[in-house]
Amino acid sequence: MISYAECSARERLALLLDPVSFHEWLPPGERVMSPHLAQLGVPSAFDDGVAVGRAMLGGRSVFVAAQEGAFMGGGVGEVHGAKLVGLLQRALRDRPAAVLLLAESGGVRLHEANAGLIAVSEVMRALLDVRAAGIPVLVLIGGANGCFGGMGIVARCADYIVMSDVGRLAMSGPEVIEASHGVDEFDSRDRALVWRTTGGKHRWLIGDCDALVEDDVAAFRAAAVAAIGQSRPLTLAALEEEHALLTARLHALPASDAGTAGQDEAALLWSALGIADAQQVPELSVEAVRALRTI
Amino acid sequence: MSDVPAGLETLDFSFSGGKPAGAFVPVLVGVVGSGNLEVLLEPAGGNDCAVRVETSARGFGPIWQAVMNDFHARHPLAGVRVSINDMGATPAVVSLRLDQAVAEITGGRP
Repeated sequence: MISYAECSARERLALLLDPVSFHEWLPPGERVMSPHLAQLGVPSAFDDGVAVGRAMLGGRSVFVAAQEGAFMGGGVGEVHGAKLVGLLQRALRDRPAAVLLLAESGGVRLHEANAGLIAVSEVMRALLDVRAAGIPVLVLIGGANGCFGGMGIVARCADYIVMSDVGRLAMSGPEVIEASHGVDEFDSRDRALVWRTTGGKHRWLIGDCDALVEDDVAAFRAAAVAAIGQSRPLTLAALEEEHALLTARLHALPASDAGTAGQDEAALLWSALGIADAQQVPELSVEAVRALRTI
Repeated sequence: MSDVPAGLETLDFSFSGGKPAGAFVPVLVGVVGSGNLEVLLEPAGGNDCAVRVETSARGFGPIWQAVMNDFHARHPLAGVRVSINDMGATPAVVSLRLDQAVAEITGGRP
């Protein structure tokens, strides 16, 4: 068993895809790098923190991108985002069996400000174009930096999300919530709280991801192979179904804090969704949690 | 305030008298993270081993020179371009990454 969380982006590509099948576009030797970071005295990376290319997965042709969480927290800069957009647009032309995003990102790279914000919005548009063309986009989340900010939104735009229990997925990250709403609202140093509210088990139980796996490269590979055919048509009916699910989830919690003050809100939500012994969820194995989902 | 200005520092080194590395696929090892660096090895024309370092830790030129002298003594390469993006890696980490990169192009042979 090899920890997916501890691998670099390039190690994940080497281990997850069919052996030596990855062909990289704009490899490090091309030096397509950030035009912004050097001006700020920050070192750039030769690949701007993301490797993109084509590969085989279980004998099927796929396009794949892997974000490097150790470089600027996987932040999406101008070039990084353009590489993702280019990959998705090329998928429209070449029609691979699926596009895989090995996401690990804190969201927009703030050093690049508007260029990064625009890049993320372009990634979303390109991703939805690929989905509309009937090519499934699969997102794998299991890196130590999680998948936050704009990349969290990108992930939820995709057809299918695979997460490990150590993976995290959300919009605003813990420090951001604490900074804007105070430590009483959210204590970002409470790691158990962070995982109860953003971690893979929580996302699985409330229906925000489609597969929950162990922190194991082989498990991610198996889940990705199984998901290649899982295209979800982008239709009005599908959107309305999603909205109904979200509305039901929102109303599952009591409207006021009366009677529940001081209780853990994640566990309250799990209980409200009909999960027995919700307090025990953080202690349970991935396999046990997989069996609990009610949505 | 330090006398060292802010911003990146670029350092160039060149070594001659090495053994030709021949043709190889470029290799990248390491990541530009805190206390870490990435090393890109590429084949190059000529009989030198040219090294370019971009680092956020300014003012350590003599230490880089010593680390690269040691590297050349361990691996006297020729016809190789070494490119480094550094985010404050220690000399020991730099040496390990350089050895890792050479191991990738030689398939582990010394």
